[in-house]
Amino acid sequence: MLNVKNLTVAYDDTPVFSDVAVQFNAGKITGIIGPNGAGKSTLIKAILNLIKVRQGKIDYNGQPMKSVQKQIAYVEQRKDLDLTFPINVFDLVLTGTYGKLGLFKNPGQREKQASQKALEQVSLTKFAKRQIGNLSGGQLQRVFVARAIVQQAEIIILDEPFVGIDLQSETAIMAILKQWRDENKTIIVIHHDLNKVTKYFDDLVILNHGIVDFGPAKEVYNPTNIGSAFSADLSSVLFQTKEGVQ
Amino acid sequence: MTSIIEFFNALGKYDFLQSALITAIMVGIMSGIIGSFIILRGMSLMGDAISHAVLPGVAVAYIFGFNILIGASIFGVLAALLIGFVAARSKIKTDTSIGVVFSAFYALGFILISMAESSTNLHHILFGNILAVSDTDIMTTAVVLGIVILFVVIFYKELLVTSFDETYAKTYGLNVQLIHYGLMLVLTLVTVSALQTVGIILVVAMLITPAATAFLWTDKLGTMLISSATVGVIASIAGLYFSYTFNWASGPAIVIVAALLFALSFIFSPKQNFFKLRRSVAR
Repeated sequence: MLNVKNLTVAYDDTPVFSDVAVQFNAGKITGIIGPNGAGKSTLIKAILNLIKVRQGKIDYNGQPMKSVQKQIAYVEQRKDLDLTFPINVFDLVLTGTYGKLGLFKNPGQREKQASQKALEQVSLTKFAKRQIGNLSGGQLQRVFVARAIVQQAEIIILDEPFVGIDLQSETAIMAILKQWRDENKTIIVIHHDLNKVTKYFDDLVILNHGIVDFGPAKEVYNPTNIGSAFSADLSSVLFQTKEGVQ
Repeated sequence: MTSIIEFFNALGKYDFLQSALITAIMVGIMSGIIGSFIILRGMSLMGDAISHAVLPGVAVAYIFGFNILIGASIFGVLAALLIGFVAARSKIKTDTSIGVVFSAFYALGFILISMAESSTNLHHILFGNILAVSDTDIMTTAVVLGIVILFVVIFYKELLVTSFDETYAKTYGLNVQLIHYGLMLVLTLVTVSALQTVGIILVVAMLITPAATAFLWTDKLGTMLISSATVGVIASIAGLYFSYTFNWASGPAIVIVAALLFALSFIFSPKQNFFKLRRSVAR
């Protein structure tokens, strides 16, 4: 279990959130939702040890995050990357083996085979030699998921993985997430499409400068919580529509 | 054609020209390799800054009579650290921090050189004087080339991953700062070597232009490093030829050839797709 205790993060003197306490369970796909600026990315950056926290602790099965850094895979938002970089699909996936290899060791046959297999899993074998800028958004996202596969991590964190991708890629990525869940891994997904929340996630964290609620997705995804985190108007639209369809 | 034959005849005859050619080739290789990482990391301005910031180190080394590599390395790394410190500890952006720090170092370098009143010819530091390289200079350049190749071979995957996706590298615990400052140190060593051939003002051209040319032709980092070094070597040899034949200053001659190769690549490389882009703009 990934345990976040009394976490406060602030940029300069403005706190993003204070006293956040939440647990992410193994064998579950946990979604994090919340309005823009609610602190979703900040929470995962704190888990990933990318930013300094003002107070609080994060541990994984009782161990501090720093000691389990190589057990975490992170699929970041694609917009942050230079897509003109001279690297092809296969070599990008291969970078997933770098963490466990450590310094002074180069990827060998075993690492290359693992990367090949990961590309097969995301159905991109025939794109192996293609430069990454020549892929569609969905294909590129699957490449990053393939990199997470070769990391063989216990915790996988994805930041908005379904933004701007085709349905085929979304389905393929969801299939991989479910496979990870079956392997008892801890999967955390920042998500923006509220319509698919109960379909995609086992657990849900609703965030708005602090925890609004967390627990099984079917329980916490309700008009009160959504109204409190987003707005009453959005909540009524979402849940009326839902009832209308039902 | 006759002048090319004359150039090669002169090469056979004059030791100074042979030394110049060997140095130019070595500098072409090392600046092509390190320059590739500089442009891929979006650090062209930083490359320019470090190459200028070594000037006080060069001056201090002349004044106290120690190896300029040591003086330049100290000031090069100091400038890199200071740029990082100012950007991190203030609200100003990195490019502004670079502008402030490097110009201050450069100014300090000029003052120190004028104070030293040594026989050092400032003109040569600024524009290079490849026809005056000594055996010691060749040895020093060879050592730096060795360091550059070793650094890139040993830390190839770390340089690749931090250049492409620094956040990812941080998540698995790689010390990205160490790689950054390691690269800055190697960059200062390359800069000092390139002082001989193109001078401080044009070092940045040797770092950026061959790498940018190579970037237009390939989608693989390994190929880019080799192509960039090759462009650097071609520019150095051709530049030296023009310098010798037409009595041009060596630095500008080398840089002009590199720029010409870039211009040709800009127009003809399939990756750049200049003609197709023009057509689509015209429509």
